Amino acid sequence: MFIKFLIAAVFAGTPLLFGTVGEIMNEKAGHLNLGVEGMMAMGACAGFMAGFFSNNIYIALLAAFLAGMLGALIYAVLTITFMANQNVTGLTLTIFGVGISNFVGEFMLVNSASSSLKLPEQITAQISNINIPGASTIPVLGPLLFQYNIFVYLGVVIAIICGIYYSRTKTGLNVRAIGENPGTADAAGIKVTKLKYINVLIGGGICGIGGAYCSMIINGGVWMNNPVNGQGWISVALVIFATWRPLRAILGSFIFGAFNILKYYFPKTIITIPNAFYDMLPFVITALVLVVTSIRKSKENSQPASCGVNYFREER
Amino acid sequence: MNNRSHTPFIRTVKISERSSKDTLKIRIAAFVLALAAGGIFMLLLGYNPFELYGTIISGAFRSKMAFQATVKFMIPLLMSSLGVAMAFKMRFWNIGAEGQIIVGAVCASYFALFHNNWPHFLLLIVMFAAGAIGGGLWGLIPAYFKSKYDTNETLFTLMLNYIALHIITYLRDGPWKDPDSSGFPKIARFAANAQIDKVFGVHFGWIIALILVIIVFIYLKYTKHGYEISVVGESKSTAKYAGMDVKRVILRTMILSGGICGITGMIQAAGSDMTLASSVAGGVGFTAIIVSWLAYLNPFGILLVSFLFSILDKGSSVMQSAYGLSTYFASVLQGIILFFILGCEFFIRYKFVLTKKGGK
Repeated sequence: MFIKFLIAAVFAGTPLLFGTVGEIMNEKAGHLNLGVEGMMAMGACAGFMAGFFSNNIYIALLAAFLAGMLGALIYAVLTITFMANQNVTGLTLTIFGVGISNFVGEFMLVNSASSSLKLPEQITAQISNINIPGASTIPVLGPLLFQYNIFVYLGVVIAIICGIYYSRTKTGLNVRAIGENPGTADAAGIKVTKLKYINVLIGGGICGIGGAYCSMIINGGVWMNNPVNGQGWISVALVIFATWRPLRAILGSFIFGAFNILKYYFPKTIITIPNAFYDMLPFVITALVLVVTSIRKSKENSQPASCGVNYFREER
Repeated sequence: MNNRSHTPFIRTVKISERSSKDTLKIRIAAFVLALAAGGIFMLLLGYNPFELYGTIISGAFRSKMAFQATVKFMIPLLMSSLGVAMAFKMRFWNIGAEGQIIVGAVCASYFALFHNNWPHFLLLIVMFAAGAIGGGLWGLIPAYFKSKYDTNETLFTLMLNYIALHIITYLRDGPWKDPDSSGFPKIARFAANAQIDKVFGVHFGWIIALILVIIVFIYLKYTKHGYEISVVGESKSTAKYAGMDVKRVILRTMILSGGICGITGMIQAAGSDMTLASSVAGGVGFTAIIVSWLAYLNPFGILLVSFLFSILDKGSSVMQSAYGLSTYFASVLQGIILFFILGCEFFIRYKFVLTKKGGK
């Protein structure tokens, strides 16, 4: 029972992991992107449709990545080059992204033969849980570690790479310098604009893959409107919970995934808590983390300093 | 090689001041371009853009009932945009209109559900006050932490939206569940006594909304409070030097901003939904941010933009029945319009300059 719960938590946390790591990449470069929900929605639609027509998981993943990147590109051009307000731009990206994803989804649905869209068999097999001979049958550890689908492993790998990138590589450290103070970074010869674009775009792409998870796995391979359904916003919250560290995001997203499914596993015999409180929990905890970190004023566990402020070179 | 790579090919330069005529021209051009981009999108789907745009506009105005529906779309959008604009003027990023609408609606609904035997007029006034206080207090929470501990208000208000949303689902599934409803749990319909009366076929929320436009305009432009809001928005340190109590200004403005959103929730529940639905805010709080930004935080501009947006909302529902296209088209178009306007602001304040050859 408990192992089942842990496994379900990992599955529920995986889309959050993608969204969180994507948003961390944005924020490390100094851009608070509230468009995660929108980029995930765009990835959800593009990934599903590409998978539906190509019957190939890799093409689906690529399409989701590119769609998320496209959303991020709009955001990047407006905030990095045109220096538009980040909050408003991100929010508009969410409204636009969710809108276009549902619009295209419904458009395809109406124009499909059976008025339903279901992923074909081959790709369903590709995204079903992987069985590694030998490893998957180890008691306890086998199901706990070696029986997930491709998305789960991809998400963990991306998060680990991202963690190494920001703590061990020169480019990653440069990006962090930009996030803290772009003027100083620029003076030190770091290419601010270029690195900002790269990080925001790749971050958007990663969000897109998270969206594809929502549309392809959560809904059982059938297209439904609003596949992302708020997961992007939870991801924005999770960035705070993970204190801007990709490795902590892995644990954090699985914990939040556990919150999401807790209501199905919590023994009702001990105490009955209304479902709404379980659903509220991630947001309450995030709000508490936000307040506590600001009261303690810990520099280490707070947002990159320039986050939300655009950089104009001539005004250094 | 090294030297060359450090001189960018294009530089961004600030323009000192553009005439307001030029500014207007650029903004109109951006709007037209946005419509054109939307048109290209329609073309890609295989539709005639002129026909679709025509359907949207005629759909919003074709009959008295259609126009009334358009106005009904507009009321919550207009009001919450006014609320959001007050906070934004202070550079307080209140993303929490959604939550403030909900809490206002919840507080008002308490009286609508459990005190509906009160005299009609008194009941509505109490509901109105409850909505304002509920929304105001919900807005006060992030303002308090912002002014005291500098807690990030964007993220905090965002979290409060979802907490508010789940308060409704809790009430709906638990204590306020309508015992008479079978199937999905829902909250009982308000008694007629607790519903907002109609004036010219639309609940009188529209009158309140129009009055609010004028009040907010005067408040922001001609009162001491309004002046303080804009100074705090420009620079907190300037405000401090000028002897203003910045904390007080933040708290006061957020109570008002949230309060207006709370009233929106009350009006939406008692005038339009006639019950407390979990969709009482339904994304309006987010769209309000786009509206107030597009209107440059000017209350009369907000009136215009929210009217335009409700034409899009109503028109696209007609487009759905005529062409089978999803109503999400409205949010796609709203997004495109704001993208273009956000982009055009750059050309009002800056210009690109090509760097001359040689660099030095």
